[in-house]
Amino acid sequence: MWSYAFRRVLMTIPTLLLVITVCYLMLHATPGGPFDTERKISAAVLANLQAKYHLDLPLWQQYLYYLKSLLQGDLGASFRYADWSVNDLVANALPVSLAIGGGSLLLSVFIGVGLGIIAALRQNSIIDYLVMLVGNLGSAFPSFIIGPVLIMVFAIWLKVSPAGGWNDFQISYMLLPMALLTFINVSTIGRVMRGSLIEVLNSNFIRTAKAKGLPMHTIVFRHSLKPALMPVVSVLGPLAISSITSAVVTESVFSLPGLGKLIINGASNRDYTLVLGLVVLVTVVAVVLNLLVDLAYALLDPKIRY
Amino acid sequence: MSLLQVKNLGVQFQTPDGYVYAVNGVNFELEKGQTLGIVGESGSGKSQSVLAMMGLLAKNGKASGEALYNGQNLLTMSPKQLNGIRGDRVSMIFQDPMTSLNPYLTVERQMTEVLQLHKNMTRREAKKRAIELLEAVRIPEAARRIDMYPHEFSGGMRQRVMIAMALLCEPEVLIADEPTTALDVTVQAQILSLLKDLQRDFGTAIIMITHDLGVVAGLCEKVMVMYGGRVMEYGKSDDLFYNPTHPYTIGLLGALPRLDHDGDTLVSIPGNPPNMAHMPKGCPFSERCAHANAHCVEVLPALEAAGNQTSMLRACHKSVAELQIIKEKAYA
Repeated sequence: MWSYAFRRVLMTIPTLLLVITVCYLMLHATPGGPFDTERKISAAVLANLQAKYHLDLPLWQQYLYYLKSLLQGDLGASFRYADWSVNDLVANALPVSLAIGGGSLLLSVFIGVGLGIIAALRQNSIIDYLVMLVGNLGSAFPSFIIGPVLIMVFAIWLKVSPAGGWNDFQISYMLLPMALLTFINVSTIGRVMRGSLIEVLNSNFIRTAKAKGLPMHTIVFRHSLKPALMPVVSVLGPLAISSITSAVVTESVFSLPGLGKLIINGASNRDYTLVLGLVVLVTVVAVVLNLLVDLAYALLDPKIRY
Repeated sequence: MSLLQVKNLGVQFQTPDGYVYAVNGVNFELEKGQTLGIVGESGSGKSQSVLAMMGLLAKNGKASGEALYNGQNLLTMSPKQLNGIRGDRVSMIFQDPMTSLNPYLTVERQMTEVLQLHKNMTRREAKKRAIELLEAVRIPEAARRIDMYPHEFSGGMRQRVMIAMALLCEPEVLIADEPTTALDVTVQAQILSLLKDLQRDFGTAIIMITHDLGVVAGLCEKVMVMYGGRVMEYGKSDDLFYNPTHPYTIGLLGALPRLDHDGDTLVSIPGNPPNMAHMPKGCPFSERCAHANAHCVEVLPALEAAGNQTSMLRACHKSVAELQIIKEKAYA
């Protein structure tokens, strides 16, 4: 298994290189540069700035400079925030996104799997329809609609939580964004779990388990859970990645100082190094998550061995 | 009192096209250590009859009538009571060994849980007993193989595991739903002789569901022939094989390829089994029966004593004497 994991990590190197190259070219192809502002900068200052960041060199040399520093684990200096390196910016924003994204994902797995089990066992009952309704709502409405609705209800009408902002991991500021992400994730996980469990419960080996006289809880938890979790594990990878990328929206809605906020600022400021650094980060996370998903398959299914 | 007494068993399914009556008015009795064969084509209701007794019908299915195990009705008891009987006193082997074992659990886990549940054994005791049973069904290196997963066994070996699993609690009734259909012929013969040995050693009564008349002849004392959800003929298997009294049974036996008979073509019963959603009003076999008349199509024949022997029951309007002529023709 370890040699498989190692091979998988090696295989990601070309993927990463491709992603970086394409993003690098796309960023530089967009019109405008990091030092284009409404206030005129004198030609001498501009030349100095460009020399400092190697922007005066041909593109391929800039690219090689960037790769070199990347290999040293340095995402470069931010063009916009002169005193900050991209590493510092990410180090500040990552814990915020991780707490909200990771926390809500963990919560969604438990709630989603739980609701999925209940809905599957009570198929076509009121509870089932309720779970499905919530699931469909969470999938149908985009987060930039659910988010403001949550703010309106809980912050403005009920006044039980702040409307947004961040105060050093204080729970009250984390509640609403986490609720939003959890709601959206639960809608996916719950639907997948319900469907797969219904299918598993109709399989021949469950009929055998029933013929053995096993009680329902043994049938569900010992005989059905593992096979039913396989499709859930498959969606967890993409779901985790999307909770980073969808942070762009969530963090704007709740004014959170996370990665999403950085991506927006970086892109609108043409902060090349910042945007690229974030892209590299997300790519690495995606690769790691996909690897974890594949390893989780082997953990669940005895037929899969690496 | 019989060990198992089935009275007027019926199975209906609610479908978008209305009710489908898959099994109607099935009666039989099973004594300790006896073997009953249930024979019929696909869709004749043989599997659904036993699934109903085990409480394993699909969600849209409903059983009626009575299935008395030692006087207790399996069809009406609470799920908890039923769970106390199935797997312990009455157990079942399924048709498809490839999908009937849980691929996510080791054989050890799937066997020991039965004993832990019904016999209050510890996991260690249960494993010891499970290994004994695997050895009894002649799985080589049982002590080592018990910790493997089902996909590490061949089809025939998996069916042996299923049989061992069904026999763990030494049940009084073993229901085998086409246990050899998915296996190749040599493995089939091994499994059948295994069942025979186990019946001798454990004194288990067996209900053997099959569409293979050869299996019935080798194993069963009594046979029930089903068609279109109804019993066509029921009696001792010797009587049924040598003196069949129902046109359907005669047709089935006539369709068996025979070693002592030259012929290029396989004999078959013309036509197809009836659509269960639109059953004929009269005899279900009337559509394919060469001797059916208007009466057969209109009126359902009752299951009555055949008259020529004491034990046989048959559901046919034609007299045995009338059919005797046809039979001679078919066997000529």
